[in-house]
Amino acid sequence: MRSDPNLYDYWPYVDRPPIVWPGGKKLAFWIAPNIESYEFDPPTNLSRPGWPRPSPDVVSYSQRDWGNRVGHWRLMELMDKYGMRGSVSLSTALIDHHPEVIEACVARNWEFFSHGLYNTRFSYNMDEAQERAIIEDSIRSIQAATGQRIRGYLAPALTHTELTMDLLAEYDFWYTCDLFQDDQPQPVKTRTGKLISMPYSLEVNDVITFGSLGMTPQRYADVLKRHFDQLLEESQRSGAVMCIPLHAYLVGQPHRLGPFAEALRYISENSDDVWMTTAVEIAGVYRERYFDQTLKDISARGLATGGTGFAPIEAASAGS
Amino acid sequence: MPVPDAYLAYPHRAYGSDQKRYPWRPSVDRVPIAWPGKAAVACMIVVPLEFHMLNPRGAPFKHPGAMVTPYPDLRHFTTRDYGNRVGVFRILRELKTAGLKATFPVNAALLPRIRPAIEAVVADGHEIAAYGLDTDHIHWAGLEPGVERSWVQATRTAFDRAGLRPRTWMSPARHQSFETLDLIAEAGFDTCLDWEPDSVPTPMKTTGRDVIAAPLSTELDDRLLLCDRGQSEAEWADQILEAVRFTSGEAPRLGGQVVGFTLTPYVSGQPFRTWALRKVMAQLAGDAAVWSATASEIAEAWLSASTRAQGEPRRNRAG
Repeated sequence: MRSDPNLYDYWPYVDRPPIVWPGGKKLAFWIAPNIESYEFDPPTNLSRPGWPRPSPDVVSYSQRDWGNRVGHWRLMELMDKYGMRGSVSLSTALIDHHPEVIEACVARNWEFFSHGLYNTRFSYNMDEAQERAIIEDSIRSIQAATGQRIRGYLAPALTHTELTMDLLAEYDFWYTCDLFQDDQPQPVKTRTGKLISMPYSLEVNDVITFGSLGMTPQRYADVLKRHFDQLLEESQRSGAVMCIPLHAYLVGQPHRLGPFAEALRYISENSDDVWMTTAVEIAGVYRERYFDQTLKDISARGLATGGTGFAPIEAASAGS
Repeated sequence: MPVPDAYLAYPHRAYGSDQKRYPWRPSVDRVPIAWPGKAAVACMIVVPLEFHMLNPRGAPFKHPGAMVTPYPDLRHFTTRDYGNRVGVFRILRELKTAGLKATFPVNAALLPRIRPAIEAVVADGHEIAAYGLDTDHIHWAGLEPGVERSWVQATRTAFDRAGLRPRTWMSPARHQSFETLDLIAEAGFDTCLDWEPDSVPTPMKTTGRDVIAAPLSTELDDRLLLCDRGQSEAEWADQILEAVRFTSGEAPRLGGQVVGFTLTPYVSGQPFRTWALRKVMAQLAGDAAVWSATASEIAEAWLSASTRAQGEPRRNRAG
């Protein structure tokens, strides 16, 4: 085990070279509805059972099912109202279980990226062949259902191995949502490919705000507005990325969607300098225009340490 | 050691749900139903009466509200008992003042212990539901064969002995085994408060008659919001009323839905919360869009309304 993953170099949030998004926009904004499938009776990973309580956990299971049956449609309708497209963090197996949900998102030209197969199947303890199987299944299944070659990944239930990032880069993924070190994208140090870390956020993720932090719907709406205002202000110098990661089984609850709608209205009405977009579009522009610029800046500051993520220590020091 | 390759096998990966109790159906594809009096929202108030013994085993997990400190945890025992002695009567009084109906799931162990409270609930016309034996008899898949059936039957027998014939079941901690629905159907229950897969009642298949799941919202649970999440009384009250307002607004397109929430006597029955309780109840009582009903009334109304609505065309999917 390593004390530092070495997936990226330290890069201070001052005096960075400017990023300007397409159309001269300052802040890139995207929404990530997590559309998840949880199994009724999942197998236990060596490190973790599928549910915290013994299966069947009928309350937790049925609440998440409610998200796909009821909450999703409410959230989608609200995003339609503000003309906002989603970048769907998809439990790939949901394509088979609930194709109606996929079709509705495809009809709206939403982006899809992989969030594993089920959110009750964890990557812990997977060997390379097993993790490849998950990634290849995601690419193949989502392409077949939507016509999209996915370029993004958020590991199922945020469970990783030391190889995850290298594998994503090798399969020509453009971005990972698994790293939370910055409000701007940054190249990820992989053996091959051109992978970036996409700002996603656990801090304004509804699982954290409602579940872990116990926020009220009004507080969450206030958090989103302030988060937006601050990032927009800072983006005048160099463009940041704001993401709102959502779960319909939480934000779609009848006591929450009204206040959340108020936050979307606010963002929509203050969006002159905002690029309303999807994660894959942000990643495409960044890789083309700012990937090398960032590496050059890190290097010019003497902060490049070389090596790649989780590579042997010798390789890490030899590369600097 | 890697995970076995069986961990990458997905035997249920196919159209629909991966369980057999109820089928997959998006809300936009369901047939809208009308509640009695054309109400938009069926409001289901659930007041759980729990026996929190001093010496729980806590298997397979501790029931919410169970003892915390080393034995004898008089602090938590008496705090929970407060709900059954004082809090529940405060809630009953406010329900009566507002003219609202509620469902009271009762642990069988409480039937003899708090008989005056049970009699008061019955006298006010509320529904009594069975809530298992007590908070330390959690139904789950790891029980030895036969044990769960004996618990369900013992629960039924205890209610029989008290002269009560509940139709509605709630499991301790709302936890189930793979057989719970079959066993409660066998024992004559036709409504269940453990599942919340939809905003309307959901019929669940069993080895006997269907059991109707009446949706009780975890995210509006008073103990979760006020105790675990530390929200204020005003915030708690606003969320319930907002849920009713929002759901009511969907009625023209999606038909009648349910908003179900708990009033836990040792939580909502605290004196400093009575003002918020009154606020919620007064607004619900004064709202023409609200039908205040018990779990089995909601299940029954849904059953007859959806039977009537079956023939009508579906018209609720947005563009």
